[in-house]
Amino acid sequence: MRLMQNTNINFVGMRKGAYVISGILILAAIIGLAVRGLNWSIDFTSGVAAKVDLKALDTSVAPIQIDELRTVLKNNGFPEAEIQHVGIVDDATFMIKIKSAESKDEVSGDTKTAIIEIIKTNFPKHIEGRDMNRDVIEEIYEVGPKVGGELRTDAILAVVISLILMIIYIWFRFELTFGLMAIAALAHDVIIIIGVFALTGKEITIQIIAALLTIVGYSINDTIVIFDRVREDLKIRRKDPVGQVFNYSINETLSRTVITSGTTLITALALYFFGGTVLHDFALAISLGVIIGTYSSIFVASNLVVDLTHATHKEKQAMQHLTKRK
Amino acid sequence: MKKFSWRGLSIIIFICVTAFYLAPLAIPNLPEWWAKNKLKLGLDLKGGMQILLEVDTSELSVADARGAVDQNIKIIRERIDQFGVAEPSIQKLGENRIMVQLPGVSDYQAAENLIKQTAMLEFKIVAQPEEAKRVLDTIDANINANLSFFPALEALDKQDKAILADTLASADSLGNPAGSGVFSSLIRPGEMDYEVQWDNVDIIQQLLADSLFQRAVPAGWQISLDRANTETTRADRALHVLSSAVELSGADLSKAKVEYGSSTSTDPRIANKPYISIEMKREGARKFEQVTADNVGKRLAIVLDGIVYSAPNIQERIAGGRAQITGRFTSSEANELAIVLNTGNLIAPITPASTSIIGATLGADSIRSGSTAGIIGLVIVMFFMLIYYKVGGLVSDFALVFNVGFILAMLTAFGATLTLPGIAGIILTIGMAVDANVLVFERIREELDAGKTPRSACDAGYKRATITVWDANVTTLIAAIVLYQFGTGPIRGFAVTLAIGIIGSMFCALVFVRSIFDTFIITGTKKTLSI
Repeated sequence: MRLMQNTNINFVGMRKGAYVISGILILAAIIGLAVRGLNWSIDFTSGVAAKVDLKALDTSVAPIQIDELRTVLKNNGFPEAEIQHVGIVDDATFMIKIKSAESKDEVSGDTKTAIIEIIKTNFPKHIEGRDMNRDVIEEIYEVGPKVGGELRTDAILAVVISLILMIIYIWFRFELTFGLMAIAALAHDVIIIIGVFALTGKEITIQIIAALLTIVGYSINDTIVIFDRVREDLKIRRKDPVGQVFNYSINETLSRTVITSGTTLITALALYFFGGTVLHDFALAISLGVIIGTYSSIFVASNLVVDLTHATHKEKQAMQHLTKRK
Repeated sequence: MKKFSWRGLSIIIFICVTAFYLAPLAIPNLPEWWAKNKLKLGLDLKGGMQILLEVDTSELSVADARGAVDQNIKIIRERIDQFGVAEPSIQKLGENRIMVQLPGVSDYQAAENLIKQTAMLEFKIVAQPEEAKRVLDTIDANINANLSFFPALEALDKQDKAILADTLASADSLGNPAGSGVFSSLIRPGEMDYEVQWDNVDIIQQLLADSLFQRAVPAGWQISLDRANTETTRADRALHVLSSAVELSGADLSKAKVEYGSSTSTDPRIANKPYISIEMKREGARKFEQVTADNVGKRLAIVLDGIVYSAPNIQERIAGGRAQITGRFTSSEANELAIVLNTGNLIAPITPASTSIIGATLGADSIRSGSTAGIIGLVIVMFFMLIYYKVGGLVSDFALVFNVGFILAMLTAFGATLTLPGIAGIILTIGMAVDANVLVFERIREELDAGKTPRSACDAGYKRATITVWDANVTTLIAAIVLYQFGTGPIRGFAVTLAIGIIGSMFCALVFVRSIFDTFIITGTKKTLSI
């Protein structure tokens, strides 16, 4: 069985269209970021997040409605609490989030205890017969402001450092323009995914940062396979125009690109559908990343190299440099 | 097979190491030395709690501060060991942070208290009634002179004056206040000490913590509340005036242990209840004897972290250096307190910077859904590879299963823990691990199309694809390493898994699969290659 064998799609010719599409996506992402901003999770902002399972053992007890819980928390001194259903409504599992205001420099260490107390006193029927610490409270996070702020800096730093290290590696193995454009394609991927998170209002958790870095690693992988082929083809097809050589290389590696993206996407989707609520957004980010990463490897990274080397009249020089090295 | 080869040796080592570390997961009755190398599950899978503690060394000298964090870790470890937690992890993070992970702990409140508790034990003499009265009068006078420094009291004072002015009566809702000042209007004389009505406890506690209030207290004295009644919030609390001189402290203590008063005991404080009996060191016992001898007829307060636990009357000189701390303990409270007293005080104060608690139920759910997702992903990918590359796919499927095993084995070998993002990492690796094989196989197909024989197509395919595989994977490895550097806890787990997965999949594709090809599939002068 063979997929995408001996294709001859003019990817380089389609670059204007691709730039337009990418431009629109990036613009949308930037507008999303500017207008809605990022919804940083408790990990980064500080506050308390608690996931509680309030489904009563006794089936005759009416399940708690989200408004009921909101009212109770409001009346007990937490009007700012954000409450969400986790999973299906029948499960009566709620995520309660209380972000500490930016101005407050200390989140009260008692918030956690207070929430538990409120639940204990207000919903005795729903927790009856179950162990509070083991069954009712699924998880609680409490993050102080100092740690939260540091994490945010660290996260941004991690993404930037890994991008720089990759430029250096590709510069060393290929050529500077290749490195810079590969990273431009990566930035393109990351910005679009962050934009999706900004527009949908989904939380940026530590896991999402991990997903972003995985995408960075994955997408560069795709791009490098194509560059590697370009490096090889340039040696063989010395007389062909650079754009054409790139096109050859993208087509030659197309079946590999599609297969690897496919298998990775399958596993990411398996995570999305079967991996449980905790990994839901993580799997979503990865799935999106695989799709966008594959697109950018084929349509953005190589085309940018073609255009840029042409525009700066360094075509010859860059290609010579590239083919000289191993 | 005919001659020694490094490749063959490395495969044998690879398989043996993997089998060695995976065996404890699959086989139940292994010898102890072997079974202990079992894959550890992270908190997010097992349930438990994690606290990041910030050590405040600002009050210490530079020399003391250096050792303070390590000293604190030692003390915390000792406390946790006595508390009884299986496989706790206590690590120093950065300069002045401590990460404590307690898997399986469900009573996190107790655990947090145990870690944070300072348990500064002091023995202090209680002021005689006339001395106490004088102290309170001085406080009243000092506060009245500087009322603007105490906004809460000032508001109260205004309120009182308004009520008094309106009704022109001296009826006082507080019954019989201890004095005329606004501070003493909050308390009233009790049987032996003063009492604070339950709804005034908060304001008194705030005052006691206020450094300005402390300046209003005459030198040599201090004001302390007794222990709160944990059963009801509407309990009044006693307020003691104590001499601030420390007669004996926790340093004089040699041992603390929990005991139970017999049900026939005449002392209501210990009858049928847990209490803590303490023994003093030789020197402490001498001091205790001296203090009790000097203060017969007075009362000796046992003060823990500024709270009076009990204040028994000294009836006679007490030799032998034994005392009891009573005070409505539950048995677990008594237990924790004894642990803290025994392990000594933290060198520098700590505050939790972040806490996370994960219920065991959620952990079990995560393992279940994580493995379901993994198996589904694995099966689909394997099925695809088999259809698409036939025999070649079969070989790479074989390698893929080995790769997953290898990741688990290496995690075990490095003593790393498997976290939920780690499971996600493994699942993603499944998708990506086939990449190296795909690269090679596609290359071999091209060479075959160009008319080469299976043997030379295979050689050429591997030769060319190897460079690609290296370049592509090194960059991913860079991302994994950066992630490891920046991340903590679960994210580190993810980075480690990803890195091991990359190394494992490269080995599987470039060495393992290739050997199988060379040895079993391309034998002799076969004309076709199923790929």
